[in-house]
Amino acid sequence: MTVTAEQPVPYPFNEPDGLSLADAYQAALEEPGLIRVRLAYGEPAWLVTRYADARLVLGDRRFSRAEALRHDAPRHSEGSQDSGILSMDPPGHTRLRTLVAKAFTVHQVEKLRPAVRDLAHRLLDEMEAMGQPADLVEHYALPIPVAVICRMLGVPEEDRPRFRAWSDAALSTSSLTAEESERNRQELRAYMTGLVADHRRNPRPDLMTGLIEARDTGDRLSELELVDLCDGILIAGHETTATQIPNFVYTLLDHPEQMEILRKSPELLHGAVEELMRFVPLGSGASFPRYATEDVEVGGTLVRAGEPVLVAIGAANRDALKFADPGRLDITRTGVQHLGFGHGVHHCLGAPLARLELQEALGALLERFPGLRLAGDVRWKDQMLVRGPREMPVGW
Amino acid sequence: MRAVSWTTGVDRALCMGSGMCAGIAPELYRLDDEGLAEPLAADIPEDERALDAADSCPATAISVRAGQRLIGPRP
Repeated sequence: MTVTAEQPVPYPFNEPDGLSLADAYQAALEEPGLIRVRLAYGEPAWLVTRYADARLVLGDRRFSRAEALRHDAPRHSEGSQDSGILSMDPPGHTRLRTLVAKAFTVHQVEKLRPAVRDLAHRLLDEMEAMGQPADLVEHYALPIPVAVICRMLGVPEEDRPRFRAWSDAALSTSSLTAEESERNRQELRAYMTGLVADHRRNPRPDLMTGLIEARDTGDRLSELELVDLCDGILIAGHETTATQIPNFVYTLLDHPEQMEILRKSPELLHGAVEELMRFVPLGSGASFPRYATEDVEVGGTLVRAGEPVLVAIGAANRDALKFADPGRLDITRTGVQHLGFGHGVHHCLGAPLARLELQEALGALLERFPGLRLAGDVRWKDQMLVRGPREMPVGW
Repeated sequence: MRAVSWTTGVDRALCMGSGMCAGIAPELYRLDDEGLAEPLAADIPEDERALDAADSCPATAISVRAGQRLIGPRP
């Protein structure tokens, strides 16, 4: 067992341009033990790359997210890392999560499928009418999840340009100062506070009204928790899906034989989405450190109580101990238990909705545009927690 | 004497192995070798966390009963 703390290596490993998994992860997957990494800010951390270790750290109560708020937590930007519900442990986390969980179950979101399909086709109609090349991000990948989460939550869709800027800043790993991130956070809070006030005056059948009722009649959350929960749902509810739609298209264009299989057998779509979730390393680097609350052995390394651990999900999804031939995209795989939505109590709240949106977005695009191709240079997001095209011109 | 005891079950055809239940109530649920959830025991104490786990399950795979009456997930 490795107990000596080695000199930490600089982190993150992945390049922002493109979607490849850095070689350093491959090396880490093959070596026993965890590696020591140092981020731009905060104390050094252990980095987990293997699947079984990732499940342990994400799923075990001996690892705490809330503890990160009491430490100089490893982070990519200067500002504090209080990320609301994602910085909480049970039972506080459970109290908030149960208020919103019902709206996002497989059963509930399945009711949205016809509307999401219609929306996808309508956007493709508009792209056809506009002519090619068209930016897949601006005209397709963003509008789908934005429209869906806005309707569910009760946020005006036409405010997209405003909250896109806040969302970008919230996920930024760039040189935003602590004051800049704080200002951004306050602007988003002020915006949502206004919407909450409006919903109080005019209740309507949406998630925000439901949360207001849970606060006003049940006292189940504070006013700040209410606002931050809505902010979190708005941002998490669109940013990652909007990023993965072009990522999946880009990856399929890079694997034309897989694209061909999927076109010929559209019934493989749901499995293909799971395989793409596994294959595409979305994050530029692991975030949201977990702190050990007691000594725990993880993958041959003794993690001491009070030490932070980061989980590299993109690497764990390429662990040969879990997935055969992990570096190969194979959309015919079945039962792919990837960690793309995380694991444990912080497992993505919107996973069933994200799956549905990815399935419908990809399905409609392949059905309608058999000649889909890149029609210009992809411009990549830079210095963001998630990687993906900022602009992706396509033709058909 | 307790008049009603609770029971809980996981529908493995629905379970997607998110790990929510085992995270919320590790005394009641765990993940098996296949990564799917199962109750440690079908008969459970009257523990609010079983209802929390049932409410939080993204696949609505967990049921909690008091006698014959379905009490979780809560409406």
